[in-house]
Amino acid sequence: MPKHETPLLDQLESGPWPSFVSEIKRQSEARHQKQNEVEYQIPVDVCDDVLGVLEMSYNDGTCHWKHGGIVGVFGYGGGVIGRYCDQPDKFPGVAHFHTVRVNQPAGKYYTTEYLRQLCDLWDFRGSGLTNMHGSTGDIVLLGTRTEQLEEIFGVLTHEMNQDLGGSGSNLRTPACCLGESRCEFACYDTQELCYQLTMEYQDELHRPAFPYKFKFKFDGCPNGCVASIARSDMSFIGTWRDEIRIDQEAVAAYIGGELKPNAGAHADGEWGPFDIQKEVIDLCPSQCMSLEDGKLVIDNKECVRCMHCINTMPRALRIGNDRGLSILVGAKAPILDGAQMSSLLVPFIKVEPPYDEIKEVIENVWDWWMEEGKNRERLGETIKRLSFQKLLEVTGIKPMPQHVQEPRHNPYIFWKEEEVPGGWQRDIKEFRKLHQR
Amino acid sequence: MAFIPSGYYNPDKPMENRITDIGPRYYEEFLPPVIKNNKGKWLWHEILDPGVLMHKAESGDEVYTVRCGSPRLLSVETIREICEIADKHCDGYVRFTTRNNIEFMVDSKDKLDALKEDLSSRKHPGGSYKFPIGGTGAGITNIVHTQGWIHCHTPASDASGTVKVVMDELFEEFQQMKMPAKLRIAMACCLNMCGAVHCSDIAILGYHRKPPIIDHEWLENLCEIPLAVAACPTGAIRPTKTKITTESGEEKEVKTVAIKQERCMFCGNCYTMCPALPLADKEGDGLVIMAGGKISNRISQPKFSKVVVAFIPNEPPRWPTLAKVMRKIVEAYAKNARKYERLGDWAERIGWERFFEICDLEFTHHLIDDFRDPAYYTWRQTTQFKF
Repeated sequence: MPKHETPLLDQLESGPWPSFVSEIKRQSEARHQKQNEVEYQIPVDVCDDVLGVLEMSYNDGTCHWKHGGIVGVFGYGGGVIGRYCDQPDKFPGVAHFHTVRVNQPAGKYYTTEYLRQLCDLWDFRGSGLTNMHGSTGDIVLLGTRTEQLEEIFGVLTHEMNQDLGGSGSNLRTPACCLGESRCEFACYDTQELCYQLTMEYQDELHRPAFPYKFKFKFDGCPNGCVASIARSDMSFIGTWRDEIRIDQEAVAAYIGGELKPNAGAHADGEWGPFDIQKEVIDLCPSQCMSLEDGKLVIDNKECVRCMHCINTMPRALRIGNDRGLSILVGAKAPILDGAQMSSLLVPFIKVEPPYDEIKEVIENVWDWWMEEGKNRERLGETIKRLSFQKLLEVTGIKPMPQHVQEPRHNPYIFWKEEEVPGGWQRDIKEFRKLHQR
Repeated sequence: MAFIPSGYYNPDKPMENRITDIGPRYYEEFLPPVIKNNKGKWLWHEILDPGVLMHKAESGDEVYTVRCGSPRLLSVETIREICEIADKHCDGYVRFTTRNNIEFMVDSKDKLDALKEDLSSRKHPGGSYKFPIGGTGAGITNIVHTQGWIHCHTPASDASGTVKVVMDELFEEFQQMKMPAKLRIAMACCLNMCGAVHCSDIAILGYHRKPPIIDHEWLENLCEIPLAVAACPTGAIRPTKTKITTESGEEKEVKTVAIKQERCMFCGNCYTMCPALPLADKEGDGLVIMAGGKISNRISQPKFSKVVVAFIPNEPPRWPTLAKVMRKIVEAYAKNARKYERLGDWAERIGWERFFEICDLEFTHHLIDDFRDPAYYTWRQTTQFKF
């Protein structure tokens, strides 16, 4: 017998896609079944009350969660999102329902041993509900009470060698694509760089000292599987600067139809036989490819490394050998001043431990943004307000055509005094000697 | 329910034996052997079936991956079931993707059929699959989304529910690869866009349409007035004083704020800074549909999603209008776009006027940008247009 009737939510149990309502009900049943053997540390009916409060939202069209207030673990300013129900009398099981962000391992690979430890901890001290994973990448443990936070943190750090992630005005938990672990397109080891920078900047991750949130994301190639260019203040996107490696025999096999184009990604469509001219050469954005005597020729100097030809013929074409990454900065969602895409700051940088060159760029940007950024101003907005030139100045990066899509339209150039011979200070008396009033 | 301490935390001596700043577990501990052995040495990959990938390494090793959808919200009971499957078929390793899919990997083709069969056979009592296989190639993969009514304090819609409805509607596209290119859908339940929907092929966005209610009696206790004023991107909020009758009947003058309502574009940033300014509302809240964004640099450059439907009401539990509109856009795209053409590239090739016609979407004044500079760049300054 369910604690609350949920006729609206029950309708979300049908249909083929995995039902989150069934997930919550499953956890609810498991808790009631095991309540004599497990001494649950938060109310046993927490999942029933999650369903109850959600059903209420489905009825009245708004949410019933209040602002978090300040909860967290000792010494950290982030990692826990406080959450309270605005109907605690009706749903005491979720009167407190704080979220714990756990810093996910790079690439989101797990052993079952680790996952089971996490399940045991969260079953015992939390709701048993999770997000695998949150949008920033963290393992999100949904719903516990304040007095459990230190205990959870203690178990995570002492027994699981595992730390919390970021929240608030700090470095958010960095996230990467799976990179070299299982992808032939990866131009650098995204997991390693993500891990090393996460470790280097633990203080920034746990103790908010920034104007607002700051996100690092690591894409192994320009395909951008973790969307770094759209949603990170600093995007690290793998690239190369030498030549695409060509296996002409495999090119012929694609042309001849022995190999499936695009790794088979279009298998169910009716697209007819593969046409290299139409599907690769004509679609190349820089028109740097041609077919000569049955051989594919690439003018690599003109290539913009969009990945299309490589994606389409992965057995014939491979990324170059001189690999590194591009750093782009300033992406954000609309709040406050409209959405921004990341802009190119460093066209190419090698990815070599201990990554000092990369850290120098990061720290120069932070020093400037922490000094100049307003409260709740993302890096992209600070750059917009104070100019890209200023960003180049503070990072010591030389301006180059790669920094712009096209040069400026207006000639309102902010010349600096030291750039103009003789400076800006002039004597009006000297001027009047030649020009009457 | 007695409180059972973990033994690691002594409130009287919080620093005693405290371990901090150790970061995440090192990823290498979690890599399946075939992945660890061939890291950085992968040659090529192939999609064998929707949801099934094969990666070939220089060593000749192969890894077969089966990708399954998940509702993102997972109970630990289900994670234990995932562990059971991973132990049985995958030597105890499993991974999750950025789009909340679960990936089970095996190191030989022989192990594939049993794994696939096992995954497809598992269903919830309500009838939904626990681990549907799909989400690869030129199809629709799992929808990244935010917390919605299940956990957030600023949403204008539910996220898990809208995503369930849309994935039910488009389920066959998850299990097939017959789109012109990959089609990525994202859902964010408010403008904060924790789900970064502003660059997806199709985005579902929770949106408010009413200015905040001002809780004058409590505002000064709950908020820093200067912060609330500064929070407004359009300068619609100013400090003021007003006379009120409190809940207990007392007449008094309080420090509060005034809102110029016609300047409000309902971003909710003031509410985030000041909980005494709630704006969520049953009739006011609903969904915006955006389309044509992408983040990949493949062929064309990354681009933002554009608003194509200014409002769809919240219709819980199954949001029928949302499902219908999503189906309409997806079908128009699938039928009309060229191979490799992302939705936004298709719309730009045919022109947005044609996009609205083919997708059978109404164009209203809400779709003409009127927010600061970005507006100007979206108006048409040419006579090259289509009738």
